[in-house]
Amino acid sequence: MTVDELVDNFSFLDGWEEKYQYVIDLGHKLEPLDEKFKTDEWKVNGCQSQVWLVPKIKDGVFHFYGDSDAILVKGIIAIILLIYNNKSADEIKKIDVTKIFVKLGLEENLTPSRRNGMLSMVEKIRQYAAAAR
Amino acid sequence: MYDVYTIRKDFPLLNKPVNGRPFVYLDTSASAQKPQQVLDKMMFVYQTIYANPHRGSYTISEQMTTEYELARQTVQKFINAKHAREIIFTRNATEAINLTAASWGGQNLKKGDEVLISQAEHHANLVPWQHICAVTGAKLVVFPVTNNGEFREDEFLKYLSDKTKIVAVTAMSNVLGTMFPLKKITTAAHNAGAKVLVDACQFAVHHHIDVQDIDCDFLAFSAHKTYGPSGVGALYGKAEILQNMPPYQFGGDMVDNVTYEKTTFADIPARFEAGTPASVQAIGMAEGLKYMMNLGLNNIEAHEQELVAYTTQKLQEVPDLKIVGTAKEKGGVFCFAIRDIHPQDLAFVLNKENIAIRTGHHCAQPIVNRMGYTSLARASLGLYTTREDVDALFNALIKAEKFFREN
Repeated sequence: MTVDELVDNFSFLDGWEEKYQYVIDLGHKLEPLDEKFKTDEWKVNGCQSQVWLVPKIKDGVFHFYGDSDAILVKGIIAIILLIYNNKSADEIKKIDVTKIFVKLGLEENLTPSRRNGMLSMVEKIRQYAAAAR
Repeated sequence: MYDVYTIRKDFPLLNKPVNGRPFVYLDTSASAQKPQQVLDKMMFVYQTIYANPHRGSYTISEQMTTEYELARQTVQKFINAKHAREIIFTRNATEAINLTAASWGGQNLKKGDEVLISQAEHHANLVPWQHICAVTGAKLVVFPVTNNGEFREDEFLKYLSDKTKIVAVTAMSNVLGTMFPLKKITTAAHNAGAKVLVDACQFAVHHHIDVQDIDCDFLAFSAHKTYGPSGVGALYGKAEILQNMPPYQFGGDMVDNVTYEKTTFADIPARFEAGTPASVQAIGMAEGLKYMMNLGLNNIEAHEQELVAYTTQKLQEVPDLKIVGTAKEKGGVFCFAIRDIHPQDLAFVLNKENIAIRTGHHCAQPIVNRMGYTSLARASLGLYTTREDVDALFNALIKAEKFFREN
Protein backbone atom coordinates (compact mmCIF):
# COMPACT_ATOMS: atom_id res chain seq x y z
CA MET A 1 0.00 0.00 0.00
CA THR A 2 1.25 3.50 -0.78
CA VAL A 3 0.83 6.51 1.48
CA ASP A 4 -1.68 7.98 -0.97
CA GLU A 5 -3.76 4.81 -0.82
CA LEU A 6 -3.62 4.91 2.96
CA VAL A 7 -4.79 8.53 3.03
CA ASP A 8 -7.55 7.54 0.66
CA ASN A 9 -8.64 4.64 2.90
CA PHE A 10 -8.71 6.88 5.96
CA SER A 11 -10.86 9.46 4.20
CA PHE A 12 -13.77 6.97 4.17
CA LEU A 13 -13.65 6.43 7.92
CA ASP A 14 -15.87 8.32 10.33
CA GLY A 15 -15.26 9.11 14.00
CA TRP A 16 -12.44 7.92 16.22
CA GLU A 17 -13.85 4.40 16.58
CA GLU A 18 -13.70 3.55 12.88
CA LYS A 19 -10.36 5.30 12.43
CA TYR A 20 -8.70 3.49 15.28
CA GLN A 21 -10.29 0.15 14.39
CA TYR A 22 -8.43 0.51 11.13
CA VAL A 23 -5.26 1.58 12.98
CA ILE A 24 -5.44 -1.57 15.13
CA ASP A 25 -6.03 -3.63 11.99
CA LEU A 26 -2.88 -2.20 10.41
CA GLY A 27 -1.05 -3.13 13.63
CA HIS A 28 -2.25 -6.71 13.33
CA LYS A 29 -0.81 -6.86 9.82
CA LEU A 30 2.54 -5.35 10.86
CA GLU A 31 5.52 -7.41 9.78
CA PRO A 32 6.56 -9.22 12.98
CA LEU A 33 9.67 -8.18 14.89
CA ASP A 34 11.83 -11.09 15.94
CA GLU A 35 11.51 -11.61 19.74
CA LYS A 36 15.29 -11.48 20.11
CA PHE A 37 15.21 -7.76 19.31
CA LYS A 38 12.79 -6.98 22.15
CA THR A 39 15.58 -5.82 24.43
CA ASP A 40 16.62 -2.52 25.98
CA GLU A 41 19.10 -2.04 23.15
CA TRP A 42 16.30 -1.58 20.59
CA LYS A 43 13.84 0.17 22.86
CA VAL A 44 12.64 3.66 21.99
CA ASN A 45 12.76 5.82 25.12
CA GLY A 46 10.07 8.17 26.31
CA CYS A 47 7.10 5.88 25.82
CA GLN A 48 4.54 4.75 28.40
CA SER A 49 4.28 1.45 26.56
CA GLN A 50 7.23 -0.56 25.33
CA VAL A 51 8.27 0.34 21.80
CA TRP A 52 11.07 -1.27 19.78
CA LEU A 53 12.59 -0.15 16.50
CA VAL A 54 15.19 -2.06 14.48
CA PRO A 55 16.68 -0.68 11.23
CA LYS A 56 17.99 -2.72 8.32
CA ILE A 57 19.82 -1.12 5.46
CA LYS A 58 20.51 -2.75 2.09
CA ASP A 59 21.97 -0.96 -0.93
CA GLY A 60 21.31 2.38 0.73
CA VAL A 61 17.63 1.61 1.26
CA PHE A 62 16.13 1.43 4.75
CA HIS A 63 13.78 -1.18 6.09
CA PHE A 64 12.54 -0.78 9.65
CA TYR A 65 10.96 -3.34 11.95
CA GLY A 66 8.98 -2.28 14.99
CA ASP A 67 6.59 -3.43 17.67
CA SER A 68 4.80 -2.36 20.86
CA ASP A 69 2.88 -4.03 23.68
CA ALA A 70 0.09 -1.45 23.28
CA ILE A 71 -2.08 -2.26 20.27
CA LEU A 72 -2.99 1.29 19.31
CA VAL A 73 0.68 2.22 19.38
CA LYS A 74 1.47 -0.85 17.29
CA GLY A 75 -1.00 0.38 14.67
CA ILE A 76 0.61 3.82 14.60
CA ILE A 77 4.01 2.13 14.23
CA ALA A 78 2.64 0.25 11.20
CA ILE A 79 1.69 3.59 9.62
CA ILE A 80 5.05 5.19 10.40
CA LEU A 81 6.89 2.24 8.91
CA LEU A 82 4.68 2.31 5.81
CA ILE A 83 5.73 5.94 5.39
CA TYR A 84 9.47 5.39 5.96
CA ASN A 85 10.18 1.90 4.65
CA ASN A 86 12.06 1.26 1.41
CA LYS A 87 13.39 4.79 1.27
CA SER A 88 16.91 6.15 1.00
CA ALA A 89 18.42 8.41 3.65
CA ASP A 90 17.79 11.43 1.40
CA GLU A 91 14.16 10.48 0.86
CA ILE A 92 13.66 9.95 4.61
CA LYS A 93 15.03 13.40 5.33
CA LYS A 94 12.52 15.01 2.96
CA ILE A 95 9.42 13.30 4.37
CA ASP A 96 7.02 15.61 6.23
CA VAL A 97 5.45 13.02 8.50
CA THR A 98 3.28 15.50 10.41
CA LYS A 99 1.67 16.60 7.15
CA ILE A 100 0.78 12.99 6.33
CA PHE A 101 -0.64 12.42 9.82
CA VAL A 102 -2.77 15.55 9.46
CA LYS A 103 -4.14 14.13 6.20
CA LEU A 104 -4.88 10.86 7.97
CA GLY A 105 -6.58 12.71 10.83
CA LEU A 106 -4.17 11.09 13.29
CA GLU A 107 -2.00 14.11 14.10
CA GLU A 108 -2.79 13.83 17.83
CA ASN A 109 -0.38 10.89 17.90
CA LEU A 110 2.59 13.04 16.96
CA THR A 111 2.25 15.89 19.45
CA PRO A 112 5.16 16.19 21.90
CA SER A 113 2.81 16.12 24.90
CA ARG A 114 1.41 12.69 24.00
CA ARG A 115 3.55 10.23 25.84
CA ASN A 116 3.10 7.40 23.36
CA GLY A 117 6.64 7.89 22.08
CA MET A 118 5.75 8.10 18.41
CA LEU A 119 7.61 11.35 18.02
CA SER A 120 10.68 9.75 19.61
CA MET A 121 10.34 6.92 17.13
CA VAL A 122 10.26 9.29 14.15
CA GLU A 123 13.28 11.09 15.63
CA LYS A 124 15.12 7.78 15.86
CA ILE A 125 14.35 6.91 12.23
CA ARG A 126 15.69 10.31 11.17
CA GLN A 127 18.83 9.76 13.24
CA TYR A 128 19.48 6.38 11.62
CA ALA A 129 19.03 7.98 8.20
CA ALA A 130 21.25 10.96 9.05
CA ALA A 131 24.01 8.64 10.31
CA ALA A 132 23.96 6.73 7.02
CA ARG A 133 24.36 9.76 4.77
CA MET B 1 -23.07 15.97 54.64
CA TYR B 2 -22.51 18.57 51.94
CA ASP B 3 -24.23 18.69 48.59
CA VAL B 4 -21.60 17.64 46.06
CA TYR B 5 -23.41 19.33 43.15
CA THR B 6 -23.38 22.65 45.01
CA ILE B 7 -19.73 22.55 46.01
CA ARG B 8 -18.68 21.52 42.48
CA LYS B 9 -19.59 25.07 41.45
CA ASP B 10 -16.57 26.23 43.48
CA PHE B 11 -14.21 24.45 41.04
CA PRO B 12 -13.98 26.41 37.79
CA LEU B 13 -12.12 23.74 35.87
CA LEU B 14 -14.66 21.01 36.61
CA ASN B 15 -17.35 23.15 35.05
CA LYS B 16 -15.45 23.86 31.88
CA PRO B 17 -16.08 21.59 28.92
CA VAL B 18 -13.00 19.98 27.38
CA ASN B 19 -13.11 19.34 23.62
CA GLY B 20 -16.58 20.88 23.77
CA ARG B 21 -18.00 18.17 26.03
CA PRO B 22 -18.45 17.64 29.79
CA PHE B 23 -15.25 16.65 31.47
CA VAL B 24 -14.87 13.86 34.02
CA TYR B 25 -11.84 14.25 36.27
CA LEU B 26 -10.78 11.06 38.00
CA ASP B 27 -7.14 11.85 38.66
CA THR B 28 -7.29 13.66 42.00
CA SER B 29 -4.69 11.26 43.42
CA ALA B 30 -2.18 12.79 41.02
CA SER B 31 -3.32 16.35 41.72
CA ALA B 32 -6.57 17.91 42.88
CA GLN B 33 -8.51 20.70 41.18
CA LYS B 34 -8.65 24.05 42.98
CA PRO B 35 -11.64 25.88 44.38
CA GLN B 36 -12.21 29.53 43.50
CA GLN B 37 -11.53 30.46 47.15
CA VAL B 38 -7.89 29.36 46.80
CA LEU B 39 -7.48 31.18 43.49
CA ASP B 40 -9.08 34.34 44.88
CA LYS B 41 -6.91 34.34 47.98
CA MET B 42 -3.71 34.01 45.98
CA MET B 43 -4.80 36.72 43.56
CA PHE B 44 -5.67 38.96 46.50
CA VAL B 45 -2.21 38.48 47.99
CA TYR B 46 -0.47 39.27 44.71
CA GLN B 47 -2.64 42.32 44.10
CA THR B 48 -2.63 43.88 47.55
CA ILE B 49 0.07 42.77 50.01
CA TYR B 50 2.71 40.95 48.01
CA ALA B 51 6.26 41.40 49.33
CA ASN B 52 8.93 39.09 50.68
CA PRO B 53 7.92 37.88 54.15
CA HIS B 54 10.32 38.10 57.12
CA ARG B 55 12.49 40.71 55.41
CA GLY B 56 10.99 44.16 54.90
CA SER B 57 10.25 46.70 57.57
CA TYR B 58 7.30 48.24 55.77
CA THR B 59 3.56 47.70 56.00
CA ILE B 60 2.89 45.17 53.26
CA SER B 61 5.93 43.05 54.06
CA GLU B 62 4.70 42.85 57.62
CA GLN B 63 1.21 41.94 56.36
CA MET B 64 2.77 39.30 54.16
CA THR B 65 4.71 37.90 57.13
CA THR B 66 1.47 37.79 59.14
CA GLU B 67 -0.36 35.93 56.36
CA TYR B 68 2.51 33.49 55.90
CA GLU B 69 2.65 32.70 59.62
CA LEU B 70 -1.17 32.44 59.75
CA ALA B 71 -0.87 29.87 56.98
CA ARG B 72 1.49 27.90 59.19
CA GLN B 73 -1.11 28.03 61.98
CA THR B 74 -3.79 26.75 59.59
CA VAL B 75 -1.60 23.76 58.68
CA GLN B 76 -1.01 23.24 62.41
CA LYS B 77 -4.76 23.21 62.99
CA PHE B 78 -5.41 20.92 60.00
CA ILE B 79 -3.19 18.17 61.40
CA ASN B 80 -3.68 19.14 65.08
CA ALA B 81 0.00 19.76 65.80
CA LYS B 82 0.88 21.03 69.25
CA HIS B 83 2.93 24.00 68.01
CA ALA B 84 3.01 26.08 64.83
CA ARG B 85 6.82 25.86 64.83
CA GLU B 86 6.46 22.13 64.19
CA ILE B 87 5.28 22.95 60.65
CA ILE B 88 7.93 23.46 58.00
CA PHE B 89 6.92 24.64 54.55
CA THR B 90 8.63 22.67 51.80
CA ARG B 91 8.31 22.47 48.02
CA ASN B 92 6.18 19.34 48.27
CA ALA B 93 5.93 16.09 50.24
CA THR B 94 8.92 14.71 48.35
CA GLU B 95 11.09 17.51 49.69
CA ALA B 96 9.64 17.01 53.18
CA ILE B 97 10.74 13.37 53.15
CA ASN B 98 14.11 14.19 51.61
CA LEU B 99 14.66 16.75 54.36
CA THR B 100 13.91 14.18 57.05
CA ALA B 101 16.02 11.46 55.44
CA ALA B 102 18.99 13.78 54.86
CA SER B 103 18.88 15.73 58.12
CA TRP B 104 17.49 13.29 60.70
CA GLY B 105 18.75 10.21 58.84
CA GLY B 106 22.17 11.69 58.21
CA GLN B 107 22.54 12.49 61.88
CA ASN B 108 21.04 9.34 63.40
CA LEU B 109 21.63 6.42 61.04
CA LYS B 110 24.75 4.31 61.07
CA LYS B 111 25.93 0.87 59.97
CA GLY B 112 23.83 -1.87 61.53
CA ASP B 113 20.71 0.34 61.78
CA GLU B 114 17.60 -0.36 59.78
CA VAL B 115 15.00 1.81 58.05
CA LEU B 116 11.68 -0.01 57.72
CA ILE B 117 9.23 0.82 54.92
CA SER B 118 6.23 -0.99 53.43
CA GLN B 119 6.12 -2.62 49.99
CA ALA B 120 3.52 -0.09 48.96
CA GLU B 121 5.58 3.10 49.23
CA HIS B 122 5.64 5.81 46.58
CA HIS B 123 9.13 6.46 45.19
CA ALA B 124 9.15 9.62 47.34
CA ASN B 125 9.08 7.53 50.51
CA LEU B 126 11.49 4.93 49.19
CA VAL B 127 14.30 6.48 47.17
CA PRO B 128 15.35 9.11 49.80
CA TRP B 129 15.69 6.29 52.36
CA GLN B 130 17.52 4.08 49.90
CA HIS B 131 19.93 6.93 49.32
CA ILE B 132 20.56 7.82 52.98
CA CYS B 133 21.03 4.12 53.76
CA ALA B 134 23.69 3.93 51.05
CA VAL B 135 25.39 7.02 52.52
CA THR B 136 25.28 5.94 56.18
CA GLY B 137 25.63 2.17 55.80
CA ALA B 138 22.19 1.51 57.29
CA LYS B 139 19.94 -1.12 55.76
CA LEU B 140 16.59 -0.53 54.04
CA VAL B 141 14.12 -3.22 55.08
CA VAL B 142 10.75 -3.71 53.38
CA PHE B 143 7.73 -5.35 55.01
CA PRO B 144 5.23 -7.02 52.67
CA VAL B 145 1.54 -6.47 52.04
CA THR B 146 -0.80 -9.34 51.11
CA ASN B 147 -1.83 -10.22 47.56
CA ASN B 148 -4.91 -8.05 47.85
CA GLY B 149 -2.84 -5.19 49.23
CA GLU B 150 -3.77 -5.60 52.86
CA PHE B 151 -1.57 -4.62 55.84
CA ARG B 152 -0.73 -7.60 58.05
CA GLU B 153 0.31 -6.72 61.58
CA ASP B 154 2.21 -9.98 62.13
CA GLU B 155 4.24 -9.38 58.96
CA PHE B 156 5.04 -5.84 60.05
CA LEU B 157 6.13 -6.97 63.53
CA LYS B 158 8.34 -9.65 61.99
CA TYR B 159 10.46 -6.96 60.38
CA LEU B 160 10.41 -4.49 63.26
CA SER B 161 13.31 -4.91 65.68
CA ASP B 162 15.60 -2.98 67.99
CA LYS B 163 17.75 -2.33 64.90
CA THR B 164 14.89 -0.35 63.36
CA LYS B 165 15.59 3.37 63.77
CA ILE B 166 12.70 4.72 61.74
CA VAL B 167 9.54 3.35 60.15
CA ALA B 168 8.49 5.31 57.06
CA VAL B 169 5.04 4.36 55.93
CA THR B 170 2.24 5.69 53.79
CA ALA B 171 -1.10 6.51 55.40
CA MET B 172 -2.83 5.49 52.15
CA SER B 173 -1.20 3.78 49.19
CA ASN B 174 -1.45 5.71 45.92
CA VAL B 175 -1.69 2.40 44.03
CA LEU B 176 -3.67 0.06 46.27
CA GLY B 177 -5.74 2.58 48.20
CA THR B 178 -4.91 0.61 51.36
CA MET B 179 -5.07 2.68 54.53
CA PHE B 180 -2.45 1.64 57.04
CA PRO B 181 -3.29 1.50 60.78
CA LEU B 182 -1.07 4.38 61.82
CA LYS B 183 -1.63 4.26 65.58
CA LYS B 184 -0.89 0.57 65.72
CA ILE B 185 2.28 1.05 63.66
CA THR B 186 3.43 4.02 65.73
CA THR B 187 2.86 2.30 69.06
CA ALA B 188 4.78 -0.80 67.98
CA ALA B 189 7.57 1.28 66.45
CA HIS B 190 7.97 3.44 69.55
CA ASN B 191 8.06 0.34 71.73
CA ALA B 192 10.93 -0.88 69.56
CA GLY B 193 12.67 2.47 69.98
CA ALA B 194 12.05 3.63 66.40
CA LYS B 195 10.73 6.92 65.06
CA VAL B 196 7.84 7.07 62.59
CA LEU B 197 7.39 9.13 59.45
CA VAL B 198 3.96 9.14 57.81
CA ASP B 199 3.52 9.94 54.12
CA ALA B 200 0.02 11.44 54.26
CA CYS B 201 -0.22 12.68 50.65
CA GLN B 202 -3.16 10.48 49.63
CA PHE B 203 -4.75 10.23 53.05
CA ALA B 204 -4.94 14.02 53.42
CA VAL B 205 -7.15 14.27 50.32
CA HIS B 206 -10.09 12.82 52.23
CA HIS B 207 -9.27 12.37 55.89
CA HIS B 208 -8.88 14.07 59.20
CA ILE B 209 -5.30 13.88 60.47
CA ASP B 210 -4.40 14.21 64.13
CA VAL B 211 -0.64 13.95 64.61
CA GLN B 212 -0.95 14.04 68.39
CA ASP B 213 -3.37 11.15 68.35
CA ILE B 214 -1.29 9.15 65.85
CA ASP B 215 1.80 10.20 67.81
CA CYS B 216 3.96 10.01 64.67
CA ASP B 217 7.29 11.85 64.77
CA PHE B 218 7.13 13.19 61.23
CA LEU B 219 4.35 13.61 58.70
CA ALA B 220 4.53 14.87 55.13
CA PHE B 221 1.89 16.05 52.71
CA SER B 222 1.56 18.38 49.74
CA ALA B 223 -0.81 21.25 48.98
CA HIS B 224 -1.56 20.34 45.40
CA LYS B 225 -3.45 17.21 46.48
CA THR B 226 -5.37 19.02 49.23
CA TYR B 227 -7.04 21.40 46.77
CA GLY B 228 -4.28 24.00 47.07
CA PRO B 229 -1.61 25.25 44.66
CA SER B 230 1.40 23.35 43.35
CA GLY B 231 4.87 24.21 44.60
CA VAL B 232 4.35 23.89 48.33
CA GLY B 233 3.98 21.15 50.91
CA ALA B 234 4.52 20.68 54.61
CA LEU B 235 6.64 18.64 56.95
CA TYR B 236 5.43 18.14 60.47
CA GLY B 237 8.03 17.11 63.03
CA LYS B 238 7.81 16.94 66.81
CA ALA B 239 9.47 20.09 68.15
CA GLU B 240 11.93 18.26 70.39
CA ILE B 241 13.14 16.21 67.39
CA LEU B 242 13.30 19.06 64.86
CA GLN B 243 15.22 21.21 67.36
CA ASN B 244 18.06 18.71 67.41
CA MET B 245 18.27 18.23 63.65
CA PRO B 246 20.91 19.96 61.51
CA PRO B 247 19.83 22.24 58.63
CA TYR B 248 19.03 20.61 55.29
CA GLN B 249 19.72 23.57 53.02
CA PHE B 250 21.66 26.74 53.70
CA GLY B 251 21.10 30.39 52.82
CA GLY B 252 18.97 33.34 53.76
CA ASP B 253 16.41 33.44 56.58
CA MET B 254 17.65 30.22 58.21
CA VAL B 255 20.54 31.85 60.06
CA ASP B 256 21.04 33.54 63.37
CA ASN B 257 24.45 35.15 63.03
CA VAL B 258 26.78 35.00 60.04
CA THR B 259 30.46 35.89 59.76
CA TYR B 260 32.93 34.82 57.09
CA GLU B 261 34.24 32.26 59.54
CA LYS B 262 31.14 30.81 61.12
CA THR B 263 27.34 30.77 61.05
CA THR B 264 24.87 29.98 63.78
CA PHE B 265 21.47 28.81 62.71
CA ALA B 266 17.98 30.05 63.48
CA ASP B 267 15.55 28.15 65.63
CA ILE B 268 12.82 26.00 64.03
CA PRO B 269 10.94 26.36 61.73
CA ALA B 270 13.12 29.03 60.06
CA ARG B 271 16.20 26.76 60.26
CA PHE B 272 14.58 24.50 57.66
CA GLU B 273 13.23 27.21 55.37
CA ALA B 274 16.31 28.51 53.59
CA GLY B 275 15.75 31.21 51.00
CA THR B 276 12.60 33.03 49.94
CA PRO B 277 9.72 30.65 50.59
CA ALA B 278 6.84 29.87 48.24
CA SER B 279 4.91 32.33 50.35
CA VAL B 280 1.84 32.92 48.17
CA GLN B 281 1.55 29.18 47.63
CA ALA B 282 1.76 28.55 51.38
CA ILE B 283 -1.07 31.04 51.89
CA GLY B 284 -3.00 29.30 49.10
CA MET B 285 -2.31 25.96 50.75
CA ALA B 286 -3.87 27.22 53.97
CA GLU B 287 -6.90 28.40 52.02
CA GLY B 288 -7.34 24.92 50.50
CA LEU B 289 -7.14 23.37 53.96
CA LYS B 290 -9.66 25.91 55.29
CA TYR B 291 -11.96 24.96 52.42
CA MET B 292 -11.73 21.32 53.50
CA MET B 293 -12.24 22.16 57.18
CA ASN B 294 -15.29 24.26 56.29
CA LEU B 295 -16.83 21.29 54.47
CA GLY B 296 -15.87 19.15 57.44
CA LEU B 297 -13.27 16.39 57.19
CA ASN B 298 -15.80 13.88 58.51
CA ASN B 299 -18.19 14.83 55.71
CA ILE B 300 -15.43 14.55 53.10
CA GLU B 301 -14.52 11.13 54.42
CA ALA B 302 -18.15 9.97 54.45
CA HIS B 303 -18.57 11.17 50.86
CA GLU B 304 -15.42 9.31 49.84
CA GLN B 305 -16.39 6.08 51.58
CA GLU B 306 -19.84 6.09 50.00
CA LEU B 307 -18.26 6.57 46.56
CA VAL B 308 -15.58 3.92 47.22
CA ALA B 309 -18.36 1.38 47.74
CA TYR B 310 -20.22 2.57 44.63
CA THR B 311 -17.07 2.60 42.46
CA THR B 312 -16.07 -0.88 43.63
CA GLN B 313 -19.51 -2.18 42.72
CA LYS B 314 -19.53 -0.53 39.27
CA LEU B 315 -16.00 -1.61 38.37
CA GLN B 316 -16.84 -5.20 39.28
CA GLU B 317 -19.60 -5.09 36.67
CA VAL B 318 -17.11 -4.44 33.84
CA PRO B 319 -16.28 -7.72 32.09
CA ASP B 320 -12.81 -9.10 32.94
CA LEU B 321 -11.89 -6.06 35.04
CA LYS B 322 -9.62 -6.75 37.99
CA ILE B 323 -9.21 -4.20 40.77
CA VAL B 324 -5.65 -4.26 42.09
CA GLY B 325 -5.78 -3.56 45.81
CA THR B 326 -8.94 -4.63 47.60
CA ALA B 327 -8.05 -4.11 51.24
CA LYS B 328 -10.95 -3.74 53.65
CA GLU B 329 -9.63 -0.35 54.73
CA LYS B 330 -9.49 1.27 51.29
CA GLY B 331 -9.62 4.89 50.18
CA GLY B 332 -10.64 6.44 46.86
CA VAL B 333 -7.87 5.05 44.68
CA PHE B 334 -8.63 2.35 42.11
CA CYS B 335 -5.92 0.71 40.08
CA PHE B 336 -7.28 -1.80 37.62
CA ALA B 337 -6.57 -3.92 34.58
CA ILE B 338 -8.82 -5.45 31.93
CA ARG B 339 -7.33 -8.67 30.58
CA ASP B 340 -4.01 -7.81 28.92
CA ILE B 341 -5.26 -4.58 27.39
CA HIS B 342 -2.44 -2.09 27.78
CA PRO B 343 -3.44 0.68 30.23
CA GLN B 344 -2.29 3.24 27.69
CA ASP B 345 -4.75 1.80 25.15
CA LEU B 346 -7.49 1.94 27.78
CA ALA B 347 -6.68 5.51 28.67
CA PHE B 348 -6.77 6.45 25.00
CA VAL B 349 -10.38 5.34 24.66
CA LEU B 350 -11.28 6.94 28.01
CA ASN B 351 -9.75 10.21 26.85
CA LYS B 352 -11.89 10.05 23.71
CA GLU B 353 -14.83 9.87 26.11
CA ASN B 354 -13.41 12.90 28.00
CA ILE B 355 -12.50 10.93 31.10
CA ALA B 356 -9.19 11.73 32.78
CA ILE B 357 -7.43 8.83 34.47
CA ARG B 358 -3.77 8.06 35.03
CA THR B 359 -1.78 5.17 33.62
CA GLY B 360 1.72 3.85 34.22
CA HIS B 361 3.64 2.84 37.33
CA HIS B 362 2.34 5.75 39.42
CA CYS B 363 5.80 6.58 40.79
CA ALA B 364 5.57 3.36 42.78
CA GLN B 365 7.16 0.85 40.42
CA PRO B 366 8.03 -1.81 43.04
CA ILE B 367 4.47 -2.25 44.30
CA VAL B 368 3.01 -2.29 40.77
CA ASN B 369 5.51 -5.06 39.93
CA ARG B 370 4.80 -6.79 43.25
CA MET B 371 1.13 -7.02 42.28
CA GLY B 372 2.14 -8.60 38.96
CA TYR B 373 2.01 -5.66 36.54
CA THR B 374 4.34 -3.21 34.84
CA SER B 375 1.65 -0.62 34.24
CA LEU B 376 -1.86 -0.02 35.57
CA ALA B 377 -4.80 2.27 34.89
CA ARG B 378 -5.91 4.32 37.90
CA ALA B 379 -9.10 6.22 38.64
CA SER B 380 -9.16 8.26 41.83
CA LEU B 381 -11.78 10.23 43.70
CA GLY B 382 -11.90 13.70 45.22
CA LEU B 383 -14.31 15.58 47.45
CA TYR B 384 -16.06 16.83 44.30
CA THR B 385 -16.44 13.45 42.56
CA THR B 386 -20.03 12.41 41.84
CA ARG B 387 -21.80 9.13 41.15
CA GLU B 388 -22.30 10.47 37.62
CA ASP B 389 -18.52 10.68 37.22
CA VAL B 390 -18.28 7.03 38.23
CA ASP B 391 -21.13 6.13 35.85
CA ALA B 392 -19.33 7.90 33.01
CA LEU B 393 -16.19 5.89 33.81
CA PHE B 394 -18.22 2.70 33.86
CA ASN B 395 -19.85 3.41 30.48
CA ALA B 396 -16.51 4.30 28.92
CA LEU B 397 -14.89 1.13 30.29
CA ILE B 398 -17.72 -0.98 28.86
CA LYS B 399 -17.12 0.69 25.50
CA ALA B 400 -13.36 0.23 25.74
CA GLU B 401 -13.63 -3.42 26.77
CA LYS B 402 -15.88 -4.09 23.79
CA PHE B 403 -13.68 -2.08 21.42
CA PHE B 404 -10.57 -4.07 22.30
CA ARG B 405 -12.41 -7.39 22.41
CA GLU B 406 -13.64 -6.89 18.85
CA ASN B 407 -10.44 -5.47 17.38
